[in-house]
Amino acid sequence: MPQYSFREMMVLVAAREIRDGDIVFCGTGISMAAAMAAKHISAPHSIIFFETGGIDSQLLELPLSVGDPRVMFGTSINAGLAEAFGILQNPFTAPRVVGIFGAAQIDRYGNLNTTCIGNYWRPKVRFPGCGGACDAASYAGRTIIFMKQEKRKFVEGVDYVSTPGWIPGPGGREEAGLPEGGPTMVITDMGVMRFDDESKQMYLSHTYPGIRPQQVQEEMDIEIDLSRAVEEKPPTVEELFLLRERIDPQGLII
Amino acid sequence: MNAENKVMDLSEAIRRFVHDGDHISIGGFTITRNPMALTYEIIRQGKKHLHIYVHSHGQAFDLLIGAGCADAIELSYGGTARFSPGGGIRFKKAIEGGKIHFEDYTNFQMTLRFLGGAMGLPFMPIRSLLGTDVVKKWGFDAEFRESNPKIPEKKMFAVNNPFTRDGRDEKIVLVPAINPDVTLIHAQQADSQGTVRIKGLTYTDVEQAKAAKYLIVSCEELLETGAIRENPDQNQIPFFMVDAIVIVPYGAHPTACYGYYDYDPFHLNLYREMAFDDGTFRRYLDEYVLGVKSHDGYLEKVGKDRLSQIKADPKVGYRPRLDRR
Repeated sequence: MPQYSFREMMVLVAAREIRDGDIVFCGTGISMAAAMAAKHISAPHSIIFFETGGIDSQLLELPLSVGDPRVMFGTSINAGLAEAFGILQNPFTAPRVVGIFGAAQIDRYGNLNTTCIGNYWRPKVRFPGCGGACDAASYAGRTIIFMKQEKRKFVEGVDYVSTPGWIPGPGGREEAGLPEGGPTMVITDMGVMRFDDESKQMYLSHTYPGIRPQQVQEEMDIEIDLSRAVEEKPPTVEELFLLRERIDPQGLII
Repeated sequence: MNAENKVMDLSEAIRRFVHDGDHISIGGFTITRNPMALTYEIIRQGKKHLHIYVHSHGQAFDLLIGAGCADAIELSYGGTARFSPGGGIRFKKAIEGGKIHFEDYTNFQMTLRFLGGAMGLPFMPIRSLLGTDVVKKWGFDAEFRESNPKIPEKKMFAVNNPFTRDGRDEKIVLVPAINPDVTLIHAQQADSQGTVRIKGLTYTDVEQAKAAKYLIVSCEELLETGAIRENPDQNQIPFFMVDAIVIVPYGAHPTACYGYYDYDPFHLNLYREMAFDDGTFRRYLDEYVLGVKSHDGYLEKVGKDRLSQIKADPKVGYRPRLDRR
């Protein structure tokens, strides 16, 4: 069996979740590597879509930001933010969109914090802010979230809700006035969580080879259902070759 | 301002159109097309008490905050991705230290706020962010809002869609438009009258440009009016909305300018190292901004070799295989 890192595993798990034909709304960082991997592995007809206005970017190289000049090459249209977000909010395109982004904190309903730790007005740590993820998570049919598996990141109530998940559970989005959609999976460096159809609460669905469900639970401040966890398929040699040679040869993100 | 020659040098453009206490909006996105030459000149001229509007911004706003030029910021995202892990370095420090007034919006909200301003509307409707703290928590307190007649009393406001049939509830958020005193953008090309051509993604630059009372555009290259009008479908900003055109090659360095040069990973990493500490940040400012008279002086410090290493391949618009670590 080939050697691989859990970060490589994260990229591939996200890529496997992207369906052929999806419009992939990509955040900055590992999300972009996942979208590129999907295009090469499982979903060659997926469309890589950036909030900056790059629509169906042909990524010859891994961009470092959604504003990177690399997202402007070979697109269908080079537009701007008004057009890109307008397409996301459009009721005919929104259900086809899958959003992928990361966060600093998450709660059991998939609400995300990318703004601050501590008091909002005088925080202990300030982060960049919600950017376009809040908009995308409000409209997109599905969202995939990348998290680092750490106790302080999986919490009962996030310090600031930058991006909506299922809000307080069943019916929460509807009550808040948000369109249909919501988070579908959380990918960490130890495994994968999904959200229960009824309760909208996070449960452990997969662990990476060699990781036990209890180990994942130990790295969370919230208790989740572990009973449904199965082992995730390890990467293939071909998948790893693609990640290392084609997608991120400089090791910038993965 | 009509078709007269609007070309002027950096120092004149900033002296004439940027004043202490102004509300300014800055174009570009994270590591691309930040109007850096204009920003450095604002710092050199020691402008103070600026109120800054951006959406997702990277380098220019971080320097303005760090140099003490800004009292307040409205934004959706501050950072240069892996060149400032966890967010814009001086921006973070200012907020964590309670040194700046700030207000968070989303990228789409900021964009709509500029679009509203550009179209003369007082607000714009948007469907996102219901149920989030972006709606619930307001950064500016009532006193600050009251003391500043250029900003509205409310951050945002949720209403019911008045057009539903049967009186069904459907919430929609209204965000206030922005009409800044000045907008600064960096474009690839312009002519002397002020017609502007942005290549690659325009981000929200066009909306920001049109929303402002005064508009300063720095550009890589000046085209003849006849030449820029040969392909008018590639132009975005009408000349009569422009107040100053400043020709500054590498005017977005160390951020990228599609078709001309890539971002400069070496310089962005250098900034990251120096910005973390107050003392070394001061040294950075002294060396690269205050200690030079013009953008030419800055580029000399950066060095010709570095600039040639990031020169774009015209086929793809960036520098392929650039070492970006």
